[in-house]
Amino acid sequence: MIQQISVCAAILMVVGLGILETVLGSASMSWGALNAGFWAGPHSHDIAARIIWSLRIPRFFLAFLTGATLAGAGALLQAATRNPLADPFLFGLSSGAATGAVAVIVLCGDLLGIWTAAVGASVGGLFATGALLLLIVFRRKKNLGVSTERVLLSGLAVSFFFSTLTNLLIFWGDRNTAQSVLFWTMGSFSGASWSALPIVGLGFLPVVLCGHTYRRELDALMAGEETAASLGINIQKLRLCVLALCAFGCAMTVALCGPIGFVGLIVPHLVRPVWGSSLKRNFMPAIVAGGMLTVMADILSRCVLPSQELPVGIVISAIGAAFLLVLLLRR
Amino acid sequence: MPDVILRAEGLGYDGALALADLSVRAGEHIAVIGPNGAGKSTFLKLLAGLLTPSHGQVTLAGKPLKSFSRREIARQVAWLSQSDDVACEFLVSDYIALGRLPFQEMATPAEDKAAIRSAVKHCGVGSLITRVMGSLSGGERQRVMLARCLAQTPRILLLDEPTNHLDLAARSELLALLRTLPITILAVLHDLSLVPDFAARTVLLSDGHLTMDGLSQQVLFSTMFEETFRLKVHQITLDDGHASLLFRPETS
Repeated sequence: MIQQISVCAAILMVVGLGILETVLGSASMSWGALNAGFWAGPHSHDIAARIIWSLRIPRFFLAFLTGATLAGAGALLQAATRNPLADPFLFGLSSGAATGAVAVIVLCGDLLGIWTAAVGASVGGLFATGALLLLIVFRRKKNLGVSTERVLLSGLAVSFFFSTLTNLLIFWGDRNTAQSVLFWTMGSFSGASWSALPIVGLGFLPVVLCGHTYRRELDALMAGEETAASLGINIQKLRLCVLALCAFGCAMTVALCGPIGFVGLIVPHLVRPVWGSSLKRNFMPAIVAGGMLTVMADILSRCVLPSQELPVGIVISAIGAAFLLVLLLRR
Repeated sequence: MPDVILRAEGLGYDGALALADLSVRAGEHIAVIGPNGAGKSTFLKLLAGLLTPSHGQVTLAGKPLKSFSRREIARQVAWLSQSDDVACEFLVSDYIALGRLPFQEMATPAEDKAAIRSAVKHCGVGSLITRVMGSLSGGERQRVMLARCLAQTPRILLLDEPTNHLDLAARSELLALLRTLPITILAVLHDLSLVPDFAARTVLLSDGHLTMDGLSQQVLFSTMFEETFRLKVHQITLDDGHASLLFRPETS
């Protein structure tokens, strides 16, 4: 019963947030103008229609899909590593993607148009995945143990390494590029446009497909590695698939919005009390909740300061920090 | 021997197990006993295909285990670990359904449902399926884990200390349940008093060697058993006529 109520509430909230995301912004508009602009359609020359259809609606989709991708990736990584602290950031996937994107922006400029950062980010994200896997394989070969804690520490090492590279690239880049890259690294949905949506969609798709395809295998893995193996699961292959697909998904979001932390970490924890631990039940709710969280954070980022937009990464980090504090004080 | 379902030939694993031979006939219930570090869990994991032997081989229904895929093994052999650390919020019904994973894209939903229903009924966990794993007692949890194994509809069930962390009542309840199962079972048992009730045949391991394999009564009353455990076994007859075993340290 509680789950049916949650579904209805989620649908209403997504619609409500969509309306709020469209209504609120730096350009204040009356309800009448908004209503007229919305019904005028995307091809109208009316200023309100252009703001709504060219900026705010794509921004809503961008924010929602970004949050959904990050939350889905977080849920998958937490299951694959059997570690509730796993998240695209802690594994260095987002940092690698950020390094790739920054490297392309600083070194090559606008080579492939809107896809430039996406290509750089996906290469960077996959490099980070490769680095993480190399560390794990090295530890396994040397019999140093590959417990989830060690994997997490390896991820942190990869994350710090790529963050250092990003900072070095910003430091070496020219002043204007460095400034724009610095703003980008704080996370923002200001680059939203209809043409950008296929990029984030391209990242969202593998994460959803991965969750849909492997949710039962990942559930078995959560019951223990030996139990999963006894159920016929190839654990190494499963983890490699999940890591690679999540890295690609996160890279696409990083390319468009910059690295946005905490979503992948906190959202799976938010949905578990209602939907349980099984990915079969909580994966789709995590996707929706992740989307809602980033849309809410985006609305906040545009309303919290008068006539100025705060980078959404800062708002989400603040929410994430508060969440972790509450978690620490309660458990 | 056509009814030999599982055979270990010169099975070894690094320093943990050496040259173990065993033939298991279909439907047999076998207890695997031995002191801590004797290699019991390693032996069971090798039989389940969870570890690759460094020497020898395991054959399943006459074919080398390594010729089967992981999923094919899982369709015939179920393995129950000492304790699954499944998350507390996991629903019991979801957990039992994991047993159907090896049959994914093979079995029809109706077949899956029937296998799960039968496992649930066999283990008497029908009243627990809407609960979460974290709310179960040790005995309930063990029965649910067994139901997950039975949902695999296995020919062979390998149990690594299934009575671990259970109180006396839950232990006898679980063993009574195991006795009713018409499949091949190999169980590592730490509580030696449970052995005669559970299995007619017992395998004794010591320091990574399979030192004895025979009827449970023979093994428990053997000199090898006394030397391995440094325990003397006494059979006492209770007021109701049932015989029970008493283990006392050799020194006393």
